[in-house]
Amino acid sequence: MGRVSWAAWIYIAAVAAAAAAVIALAPPHGTRHWWIVLAVLGLLFLVCDSMPTDLATRQSVWSPSSAATLAAVVLLGPTGAALIGSAAVLSVRREMPGERIFNGAMYALSGFAAGVAFQHLYRQGKSAAGVAFDPWNGPRQFPDSAGFSHVLVPFAAAALVHVLVNHGLIWGVVRRLNSRVRGGSRSRRIESSLSLLLLSDLGFAAFGLIIAVLWQVVDAFAAVIVLVPLFVARWAMGQFAEQQRAYKATMEALCQAVETKDFYTRGHSERVSRGSGMIARQIGMRPDRAEAIMAAGMLHDVGKLGVPTKVLQKTGPLTEEEYAAIQLHPMRGLEIVREIGFLQEALSGIMHHHERIDGRGYPMGFAGDEIPEFARVIAVADAFDSMTSTRSYRQARSIRSAVQELRKAAGSQFDPLIVDAFIAALEVDGWRLPDRPAAPADGATVTAHDHDDPTAPLRVVESY
Amino acid sequence: MTTRQPAERWSSWQALDSGRLLLLAAAAMLAVAAVASTAAVKLQNIGGVAIAFGLFIAVGEVLRLALPGGREAAPIAMAGSMSYALLLGVAGVSEVNGKPQILYIPALQVIAVVAVGMLIGALPHVVAGRPAGLTSMCTRLLAVACVAFIFRNITHLKIIHMMSKWWVAAAAMTALIILGWLVDTVIGALIRADDLGSRFSVGLWDEMRVQYPLGLAVGASVLITVFAAEVMGLWVLAILLGPLLVTQVAFRRYAGIRATYLQTVRALARVTEVGGYVESGHSRRVSRLAVYVGRELGMAEQDLLDLEYAALMHDIGQLSLPDPIPGGATVLVSAADQWRIAQLGADVIEQAKVLDKVADLVRWQSLPSRGTAGQQPPPLGSKIIRAVNAFDDMVAGSPDRDRAAAALERLRLGTVHEYDPGVVEALSQVAGKRLMHRL
Repeated sequence: MGRVSWAAWIYIAAVAAAAAAVIALAPPHGTRHWWIVLAVLGLLFLVCDSMPTDLATRQSVWSPSSAATLAAVVLLGPTGAALIGSAAVLSVRREMPGERIFNGAMYALSGFAAGVAFQHLYRQGKSAAGVAFDPWNGPRQFPDSAGFSHVLVPFAAAALVHVLVNHGLIWGVVRRLNSRVRGGSRSRRIESSLSLLLLSDLGFAAFGLIIAVLWQVVDAFAAVIVLVPLFVARWAMGQFAEQQRAYKATMEALCQAVETKDFYTRGHSERVSRGSGMIARQIGMRPDRAEAIMAAGMLHDVGKLGVPTKVLQKTGPLTEEEYAAIQLHPMRGLEIVREIGFLQEALSGIMHHHERIDGRGYPMGFAGDEIPEFARVIAVADAFDSMTSTRSYRQARSIRSAVQELRKAAGSQFDPLIVDAFIAALEVDGWRLPDRPAAPADGATVTAHDHDDPTAPLRVVESY
Repeated sequence: MTTRQPAERWSSWQALDSGRLLLLAAAAMLAVAAVASTAAVKLQNIGGVAIAFGLFIAVGEVLRLALPGGREAAPIAMAGSMSYALLLGVAGVSEVNGKPQILYIPALQVIAVVAVGMLIGALPHVVAGRPAGLTSMCTRLLAVACVAFIFRNITHLKIIHMMSKWWVAAAAMTALIILGWLVDTVIGALIRADDLGSRFSVGLWDEMRVQYPLGLAVGASVLITVFAAEVMGLWVLAILLGPLLVTQVAFRRYAGIRATYLQTVRALARVTEVGGYVESGHSRRVSRLAVYVGRELGMAEQDLLDLEYAALMHDIGQLSLPDPIPGGATVLVSAADQWRIAQLGADVIEQAKVLDKVADLVRWQSLPSRGTAGQQPPPLGSKIIRAVNAFDDMVAGSPDRDRAAAALERLRLGTVHEYDPGVVEALSQVAGKRLMHRL
């Protein structure tokens, strides 16, 4: 929450006021037992809330605290659920005050709404059973085993209401926060990660019901016993995230090792990976495909290591054989990378990243739609980074002039749609240019030609 | 062309060793006896409960989980099996005046239901051409059988008398769940030690470390199921499946990224071969042999993984050389060059910032085993890489026994100063075994 617009502040204030009104209008007047349950569930909520784990996408945070709120819906009624939800204000996570207030109010409102839905449906179903009932503070006596099936449908409805209100309120604030700063595709991305959260929240709703039920048998131990699987799942998520970071870092280091062979292309793989990711998000690729294309962008040139250094260093025109050696590097790369359990698409992206839309590229001479989407994306990011980097035979182009070159070659070398998407993404994300290299040290390897440079195609000796 | 890891090959059907045979026979006999006796007396106390749990176990067996290190687990099936073994009362099934009564389920019936559920769950795997996973299924069956026999025959009645105090039942069940987990883990470690030729004490520790997070989740799920069934009835199975699936998905992603990580390092280690810096297949042979030697020397699984990464990348420093060394055999290069290549490689790996131990192993690989004057001797992993690398430079994957023997002899002559005697001994044992098995 860097700059928060007035609209967002008004929205947050409105949500907070609604939550305060709800708690004030339906004040708790529970028994001593009611307050004890409230305290335990409140603690559970805070414990759950303080152990969120980043999912693969940065916007979504996985927090099982809704289990505590939904248990409160059954055990304590709407007011209790609202109070539990408002405990988010005390969250131990590092948050801005505005964020704190909003989260507390949002969880309170969604808990209250879920509680009202549960009470309404449950009373309809149980009207004949004659269970003593307080409209705001839950059943005086939880239904015993005979009544469980009467709880199931109201609880499912309550869980649904909780998730919908919760995500509806978040969606509202996200829209107000992002509407000016970011373009349309961005909010689409956030919404797609919300749908992922929505699913896992429904899964955790099940834990809420289990807590409520176990409370009848083992009292507050219910909260402890349910925390164990949650912690284990969280541990596994954390391990996954850690391994993924380690994996990315290792891949980057190894790609850099390959690049040390050529002084001028340092950082090229990483920038192509980043550029491919920008395009992928811009054209709305699924997150797992975007991950794969970034990996493919990172590895697209590993096969260059199979090209003899003297060919890369040669200043004059290349012979047919030398040109063939260069044309073979995508195949070499494929050979190395093939055994990684990647998506097939990432492999074809590496193999075909030098094809041209007009069919004059290599290694297969594919044209138009024959070229896999991954390859068309990588080709644009690859050429752009080459043009905006300094080479031994020329200075780096400015971003504007490189964009012009891309536009010029759109339709012949590049897919025009991908070029447009890249230019649009450039406007949003910007581009970090490589550091201008100092003159290479003596003995550093320097390539005479950059095979990626669309403005200076490789010259081949015509042989007769 | 890909060569499979020998570990995988050993664990396949062809090499059915005695330990595994014993396990299969015991489990099969148990299952047959249990099914026969259950069929004779018919399903006791509500066949519906048995069928529901059997189905749950079958689903859990379909949703098996690969764990790091080529292990296999079925946490959902295990949770279902243990819950059925420890089940007390089920609401809506065994009620008298609205209060659930304690079910009396014979231990053999528990085993029969679990065995049948597991077999049904294994069918889809067989149909899809995947391994049936008999070994791990038998291990799980034995673990559940132990728990069921103890609970149903010894402690059951006492717990029934004390049911007014739930924590007595919870404590007794927790103890039994831990026992079941230990049986599962110990048998698993025995089989694995047998397969990989590692030491049991080391293997058991590794196994426990890998299995305990899932064991915790399974144990808590069992307690939840048993207690909640008294209020929810069989609904508990449907409702618990959701959270269990979330946990399972988290573990699957974790195991998946670990596998991809290893594959990527294996693949990228080959850039030195494609670039003509080392002979084809060198990195992979060295890493495989190094892991065997490390295991022979009793290294733990975590250290073996570091060793494998370091061995795969031990030549990565050569990429910083302008031109490949002819033949690529670093053993023939001057000590100063070897040292420089090792330093360059370690620098590359250190850039990743997450593989510092691996970088260290690569950094010290060129030092003689005693270390040079004024320096600590290199870590064990570095000594292993040094010896194995030299061995492979001389043998180059050739299956010729004399050539291997000559290479080993040369390493022995260099021992004490150059190569660690213990490492060379372990190497000669491993190399002997490998030649015998034509690996």
